[in-house]
Amino acid sequence: MVKEQSTLPEKKIRVLVAKPGLDGHDRGAKVVARALRDAGMEVIYTGLRQTPEMIAEAALQEDVDVVGLSILSGAHMALAPRIMDLLKANGQTNVKVFIGGIVPDEDIPRLMEMGIAGIYGPGASTEDIVKDIQNAVK
Amino acid sequence: MISLAETVLRGDRLALGRVLTLVENDTADGRAALEVLFPHTGQAHLVGVTGAPGTGKSSLVNRLALQFRTQNKRVAVVAVDPSSPFTGGALLGDRVRMKDLSGDTGVFIRSMASRGSIGGLAQATASMVQIFDAAGYEIIMIETVGAGQSEVDIARLAHTTLVVEAPGLGDDIQAIKAGILEIADIIVVNKADRPGVENTEKALKSMLELAHPAPRVFSHHGGTIPPTARGGSASPGEGQGAGKTDTNIWIPPVQRTIATDGTGIAELAQQIVKHGEYLRLSGDWTVRERARLESELEAALRSALMNQFHARVPEEQFGRVVDQVLERSMSPSEAVRALLNGRPK
Repeated sequence: MVKEQSTLPEKKIRVLVAKPGLDGHDRGAKVVARALRDAGMEVIYTGLRQTPEMIAEAALQEDVDVVGLSILSGAHMALAPRIMDLLKANGQTNVKVFIGGIVPDEDIPRLMEMGIAGIYGPGASTEDIVKDIQNAVK
Repeated sequence: MISLAETVLRGDRLALGRVLTLVENDTADGRAALEVLFPHTGQAHLVGVTGAPGTGKSSLVNRLALQFRTQNKRVAVVAVDPSSPFTGGALLGDRVRMKDLSGDTGVFIRSMASRGSIGGLAQATASMVQIFDAAGYEIIMIETVGAGQSEVDIARLAHTTLVVEAPGLGDDIQAIKAGILEIADIIVVNKADRPGVENTEKALKSMLELAHPAPRVFSHHGGTIPPTARGGSASPGEGQGAGKTDTNIWIPPVQRTIATDGTGIAELAQQIVKHGEYLRLSGDWTVRERARLESELEAALRSALMNQFHARVPEEQFGRVVDQVLERSMSPSEAVRALLNGRPK
């Protein structure tokens, strides 16, 4: 049965799902986007091959609570800090940034230090991602 | 301290994004910002873009925005996509087609979920458009949810409505049905490199020829708003049916485009500007503004009255009346009378 939607104002979690860099494989990003949608979030999907500048700008225009980066190219140590810096420069210090993709274990501590809120590798459960996002924006 | 709304007026993009959210969520802060910003509205040309899913609305908006940028006009885009009726979530994918606009601070794109509205727009779309208007965006394009035949709310909001068609989507009977084609100020046949474009164009043009060139009238309150443009005996189809300003009636032109390579976009942009000029010359601009603001006011009034009602009538009293209706001891209209008089049985 279709649940009747409340017309009352409600705060929706808005998430930007972005693919920075040059890898052209976005199946994972789409699976996560779909899972977040099914969890009741409003997901803005940017498509492939975004520069850090494009991602920060989209985050600003869409006033998102969360940015999810899908990076499979191994360029996360270059892309993630650049995006964090741009978000900060724009005044979006409250935005939580998550990474999904191929991230070697030894890079994880440095990324967490930069303020990345969560990192997910192959086989991560979408339920965990949903829960972590919900907790992060509370 | 400077309010958020004042920061928006100074051109701060972060504040603009923030205020849009506050307004979208219908918060008290959002309403306060709207009150400050409202006197600054009324400058922008509002361009609606609607049509079936997959006809290329987002790609077209992308190209049109680039085109208006060459004329140095500041462009805002409000792109609405549907919310899930089950979870309330949404996947907003219109930005995927608008990558070319990135890096230009003269463009601001905002994606919006429909949040349960069924007319092709979200409830807060009109208010969000006002914010962009106040922030000095000169062209505001509003892209609707992929629309079928009756999602016509956009015609109430926009000054100029583009209805986007693509070859192969329907025959001439589809074209003469009531609904979405009636609201078109400009008909766009996108994907004009596809086979069948001649047939589509012919069907649309013959639809226009069948129509008596009646001035557009919004039905409202079951009545009508008298149009200012009357009479006129322009024959459609003549001169490619291009929008004419020499008579006081507007015949929707049919414009072929290929959004992926930019064919026809300059012409389309020109027709949008021309339609804006026509509206101002004919006085229709004011008529539409009035109709739009009236329906926005009414919607606001309706929700305020509902809130007032709910504040006055305790929930259990309302529940009791629902019970009585359920037992068939009271009809819904009796129930309404009882609730409004505050004296339920």
